[in-house]
Amino acid sequence: MDLRQKRYADTVVLSPVGRIDHSTSEGFKAALAPYMARCAVGLDRVLLDFVSVEYISSVGLRVLMLASKQAKTQGGSLGVAALQPAVKEIFDISRFTMVLDVFPSVREGLARLSPPALAAFDAG
Amino acid sequence: MPADERLTVKFWGTRGSIPVAMTSAEVRRKLIAALLRASGRTLDTPEKAAGFLERELDFAVSHTFGGDSSCVEIVTGRRDYVLCDLGSGARVFGNDVLATRGPSGNTFHAFMSHPHWDHIMGFPFFMPAYTSGNRIRIYGCHADLEEAFRGQHAAPSFPVEFSRLPAAIEFVRLEPERDYEIEGLRVRPKLQHHGGDSYGYRFQVNDKVVVYSTDAEHKLDDLAEIRSFADFFRDADLVIFDSQYSLAETTSIKEDWGHSSNVVGLELCQMARAKRLCLYHHEPVSDDEQIAALLAETRRLEEITRGDRRVEILAAFDGMEIAL
Ligand SMILES: [Zn+2]
Ligand SMILES: [Zn+2]
Repeated sequence: MDLRQKRYADTVVLSPVGRIDHSTSEGFKAALAPYMARCAVGLDRVLLDFVSVEYISSVGLRVLMLASKQAKTQGGSLGVAALQPAVKEIFDISRFTMVLDVFPSVREGLARLSPPALAAFDAG
Repeated sequence: MPADERLTVKFWGTRGSIPVAMTSAEVRRKLIAALLRASGRTLDTPEKAAGFLERELDFAVSHTFGGDSSCVEIVTGRRDYVLCDLGSGARVFGNDVLATRGPSGNTFHAFMSHPHWDHIMGFPFFMPAYTSGNRIRIYGCHADLEEAFRGQHAAPSFPVEFSRLPAAIEFVRLEPERDYEIEGLRVRPKLQHHGGDSYGYRFQVNDKVVVYSTDAEHKLDDLAEIRSFADFFRDADLVIFDSQYSLAETTSIKEDWGHSSNVVGLELCQMARAKRLCLYHHEPVSDDEQIAALLAETRRLEEITRGDRRVEILAAFDGMEIAL
């Protein structure tokens, strides 16, 4: 899976596209890995922009859980932002909104994760 | 079973881990909710009151999911009884048999998922075991199944030794991934992830299929395993599924606790093209409102993820019957 990436100060915004299910989750996990390796204290923060994700299944959610655990042990921050309504419902029903940092928009995610990143975002 | 007869599944115990009872506080909450809904209405006969309960109150107000642990009956239309697990629901089932069929002359076939206490604890209170002339065949894949049953009858835990039970009791060891013909049913056990292992059962009679799959965790990144369960559930009319935890719990703090979620149950049923998913082995901490909410959410999830085929979603309650 291709991840479009954009950097704002110390925060990398990654944008997966399409469905994250049994056929794509391995690719999603592999594409995420190099960014998660740098998602650590004093290095990068990672925000996943989910605006183009149409569906996520249990195995895709598990990838997010593993990434979140990795971020926590490395002292990094991981957030997910801009969920489509159906994907937001999947997050709610699976209770992932209770265990991941989920934000209504990329801007709100950046505001919480990193003030310098928000400044860079607002500066365009 | 004659081809024109319907297969029926009856739930005698649907709670996971330990039996629970409704508290006075919950009864009170239900009564207050019902009385408020009834205010201004003239419900002056039992018929009117019953009609109001059925038509106008939510299930979680007018009923309860119940608190007995795992026991499900598969009614084939033959004389012998077929059960899955002998949790505390088996006590209620046994008393019902006594009341409807009399104390003796009955045969029971019980298929055991595993010997954890909540799945065997009904047996010391299963009245047919205390009458000679009854025959009880207990099937399972665990080598230590008989030991577990004998153990819970032994001193100092229980006053009646297993060896003194008057019924004819036999243990029948099954092997997973093999088909058996028992009491008109084709039965196939399957190994599941659970502490000490558990086994699911796929029952087929004529063209009807019921899968009993409780106390099972699914490793989501193991595609071969996921596919093998989709095959096990393939085209089932009913899948009875352990949905004790949320998906978030099974991938975090409760990983490797041996249970699954509504989300994974639905995905497997969608892959398998199963007709009905029945949420089962309810979390003992959940009250009726929470289980009703779980059911509503799972129905919603089915709606937003539906492909070309609908999966009907049910939540098991003690006393529920499903005709297939
Ligand atoms: Zn159990
Ligand atoms: Zn168990």
